[in-house]
Amino acid sequence: MIAEALTLSAVLFAIGVIGVLTRRNAIIVFMCVELMLNAVNLSFVALSKLYGATGQVFVIFVMTVAAAEAAVGLAIIISIFRHQESVNLKDINLLRG
Amino acid sequence: MLQAPTPTGHPLSDTVAQFVWLLPLLPLLGFVLNGALSLKAAAKIGPSDPSANGHDHGDAHSDGAGAAVHHTEADHDDSHISHDDHPVVRHRYAGLVSLIGPGVLVLAFGLAVAIFTAMRSVDMAQPFVDTLFRWMPVSDMRIDVALQLDPLSMVMVLVITGIGALIHIFSVGYMQDDPGYPRYFAYLNLFVFFMLLLVLGANYPVMFVGWEGVGLCSYLLIGFWFSDKANADAGKKAFIVNRIGDFGFLIAMFLLFANTGALDFAGIAANIDKLPAGGAVVTAICLFFFLGCTGKSAQIPLYIWLPDAMAGPTPVSALIHAATMVTAGVYLIARSSLLFSMAPVASLTVALVGGLTALFAATIGLKQWDIKKVLAYSTVSQLGYMFVGVGVGAYTAGVFHLVTHAFFKALLFLGSGSIIFAMHRAYHAAHNHSDDAQDMRNMGGLKKYMPVTWVLMWVATLAIAGIPVFSGFVSKDAILGAVFERAQGSTLASSALLGIPGSTILYIVYAFGLAAALLTAIYMTRMMLYTFHGPNRTGAGAEASLREAPWIMTGPLVVLGVLSAVGGWLNLPEFLPLGPQGVFDKWLEPVVGDATTRIAAGGGALAPSTEQALIGTAVAIAIAGIAIAVVRLKPAALVPKKNSPEATGFAKVLEHKYYVDEAYDKAIVQPVVNGSKYILWKGVDVGIIDGLFVNGAALFARAAGWMGSQLQSGQIGTYAWVLVLGVIALLGAFARVH
Amino acid sequence: MQNEFLPLLYSFHFYLFGLIAIAAALAFVTRKSPVAAAMWLVVTMFALAALYVMMDAQFIGVMQVLVYAGAIMVVFLFVVMLLNLGHPSEISDMRGKWGRIFGGFVGLALLAEVLTLTRNPMDLRLIVPAIPASVNATGGIIGNVAGSLFHDYLLAFELTSVLLLIAIAGAVVLGKKRNANS
Repeated sequence: MIAEALTLSAVLFAIGVIGVLTRRNAIIVFMCVELMLNAVNLSFVALSKLYGATGQVFVIFVMTVAAAEAAVGLAIIISIFRHQESVNLKDINLLRG
Repeated sequence: MLQAPTPTGHPLSDTVAQFVWLLPLLPLLGFVLNGALSLKAAAKIGPSDPSANGHDHGDAHSDGAGAAVHHTEADHDDSHISHDDHPVVRHRYAGLVSLIGPGVLVLAFGLAVAIFTAMRSVDMAQPFVDTLFRWMPVSDMRIDVALQLDPLSMVMVLVITGIGALIHIFSVGYMQDDPGYPRYFAYLNLFVFFMLLLVLGANYPVMFVGWEGVGLCSYLLIGFWFSDKANADAGKKAFIVNRIGDFGFLIAMFLLFANTGALDFAGIAANIDKLPAGGAVVTAICLFFFLGCTGKSAQIPLYIWLPDAMAGPTPVSALIHAATMVTAGVYLIARSSLLFSMAPVASLTVALVGGLTALFAATIGLKQWDIKKVLAYSTVSQLGYMFVGVGVGAYTAGVFHLVTHAFFKALLFLGSGSIIFAMHRAYHAAHNHSDDAQDMRNMGGLKKYMPVTWVLMWVATLAIAGIPVFSGFVSKDAILGAVFERAQGSTLASSALLGIPGSTILYIVYAFGLAAALLTAIYMTRMMLYTFHGPNRTGAGAEASLREAPWIMTGPLVVLGVLSAVGGWLNLPEFLPLGPQGVFDKWLEPVVGDATTRIAAGGGALAPSTEQALIGTAVAIAIAGIAIAVVRLKPAALVPKKNSPEATGFAKVLEHKYYVDEAYDKAIVQPVVNGSKYILWKGVDVGIIDGLFVNGAALFARAAGWMGSQLQSGQIGTYAWVLVLGVIALLGAFARVH
Repeated sequence: MQNEFLPLLYSFHFYLFGLIAIAAALAFVTRKSPVAAAMWLVVTMFALAALYVMMDAQFIGVMQVLVYAGAIMVVFLFVVMLLNLGHPSEISDMRGKWGRIFGGFVGLALLAEVLTLTRNPMDLRLIVPAIPASVNATGGIIGNVAGSLFHDYLLAFELTSVLLLIAIAGAVVLGKKRNANS
């Protein structure tokens, strides 16, 4: 089961990557990142069956950090939206130069 | 000047000969001083522009149309003349220059005579080499700047300094009103310096320095009145054509060094057994040297610059295009007699080309109207004779003809200079600025007005035609006799050139020589007839002002006239028991004796009866030539140039010098120019270098910059891409590890 | 239930939830509307929660539903509705055809690489876990996890609480509307 779980995790991760590369809406890209984190969580949980509780502990941490990150990130996106009325990645290029 | 101690052990070591380095130094000093004066004057009053005094020297008329633009004959009317209309200011330093310029030459000649006297009382079996300083020590090779005194170089030094001094004195009068007076003498002195280096060099590189230097000075002096483009073009043409010859000289030097390991004459003689006699290498070396000679000494195919060189002042033509520079080729072959005697094929080539040139140039001279052009082609033709001489191994005969030719050709040129000077004065007095002062059709009957010049030029004409006992007869006869003698039996006769047996070629060369002698007599007499005899065609106004040139110009003429007449005494042949026999031959024997013997091996001296027959033939031809000219040419039938009809038929071909310049232009110059323009310029320079390398580099930088800028585009999507690709790459690296 | 059908049932459910997760993820990635995409992501998370429970990580499964699906995705939806991004925009927010093709290709390349690298590097069955995550007599199903969390990783735990505090403060600051002076 563990091997299949790891494979599933890899597939979900790849789907997340495809989403990041393909989409231009900032919020959807963000959600794809969450998908990638979930895939990794699955990996940890699967391997915790082998290596003990540490895996699950780490999953708790990942979730916590994901929550914090989502809060801050969405706050940033809101403030960008206030600035230029669009969350299209093409328009968010103030890091230019 | 750094000086190594003069070599001991040579009989000349403690004599005046140890000052041989002073010989080239004196003219160099003259160049520096005159040059400084020229620049100093220029700083004050502006450049010594040939047209500074308002006179236009720019009527570069070509006699007979048809020359291509690139080879416009620059018959430049030289000599700026003063007359009443506008006062001409003589150059402010003219007096000083008149003292320095000829002065250093006279001093050099004095020194040369002193050294010569010392040499006469000493056994000169070995040359006296004075090493001045080390020049190029490179591993095994060691080239020094060294001067060599031996009979051959002494002969050349005497000719150069002696006739040079006479011409310098002549120039004082001829160039007296030219604004570029000090510049002229500076260049002339520089020329003498280089020429002395050429003949005094103890190795080929020093000779080459002189060789190139005289080419440079020739360019400077031909284009002396450079504000007229045709003159500048003539200078360029001379230099560029000479360069082709220089390339041959260089290749020969390289081959020589590669095979013998030495470039000085003594070293080459010591290592000569490394070169198999008659082999391909020696022949190649000699042929490449001869290529240099065809350039410098105006033989076929590179003679084309010499007629154009008449654009320079007449004394320049006398000095460097008659007496000295063009004889450098003959000197080279005489100096390399050891090599040429080992390569019969090369010697045959030299003789054949020389003979062909002699005849070819003589035919062209028949139909030239500019007096200087006649003399120019005559020079080419006589140079051909000299090459015939050294080609058949009669080195002393060739060099002797060099010396006598220097006498009478310098006399002819300076005489024509006097004529042109007088014609100019006459035209200016008559305010005639359109007629050509150099064209024979505008002259005629000048013997009434310039009797001294008339007599002297007849002396020279008789000499060049080969009338006994003038100098030209002795030298020309020696050459023709030698050709016949070799044809009967020698290493040359036994070998073959391109399949044709050597003896046949030599007989052909002999025939060419006779024909050229006939034509020489004809065209020289023609020149004299049209210039001095018959009615005068200068025009009534000008005719009254014709008079003899001042004594400063006629003086040197007299000296040269005497030399032309009695020069033959230097090398009297056996059938003329008028004095000591063969002095010149004996003098040069230590230098060229071995080579002469080697070439003549296999044959014997001519039977006295044969010799007399040959001499008789030569004399008969000379007299016949003069007679033909006198009988058939009617000076009275000539009209001034502006009214003269255009030539037709074969005469036109001759007048246009067989259209050789035009042929060269179409065959060589135009393809090179077009090739340069379309391939080298538009193709390589604009397309590849500018387009590909310069603009391409800029484009590449811009593209690289654009690519780099994409890294900082601020586009998060791009960043994500790069990130993922980086991850894949890193994982790929791990995959390799497994 | 310890009978011979359990493994089979287990496998079946595993694959079922696995496929649901993949299908939902694919659907999520390809939706034009952000709201629809968020919904599909929630489905994915539910499927994953089921998988967690099946793998004896019941607490994690519950946390997944409560925190991830219940809090984080809700925040996402709040923001989407706040910014009125619910409707599919006129300008497509997906890259062009070539962008999608390349994106797919790169993703597949990554997948291939990962699978290649993790292809049985070790025998997964031979290592005995140090602290089995199985049911603990004293703590129940999360006894071992809690023990590990509060004993071995206490510092990290405290730090995450600090992190959350900072995140709250940051989110408030960043989200504030700014007037012209500040």
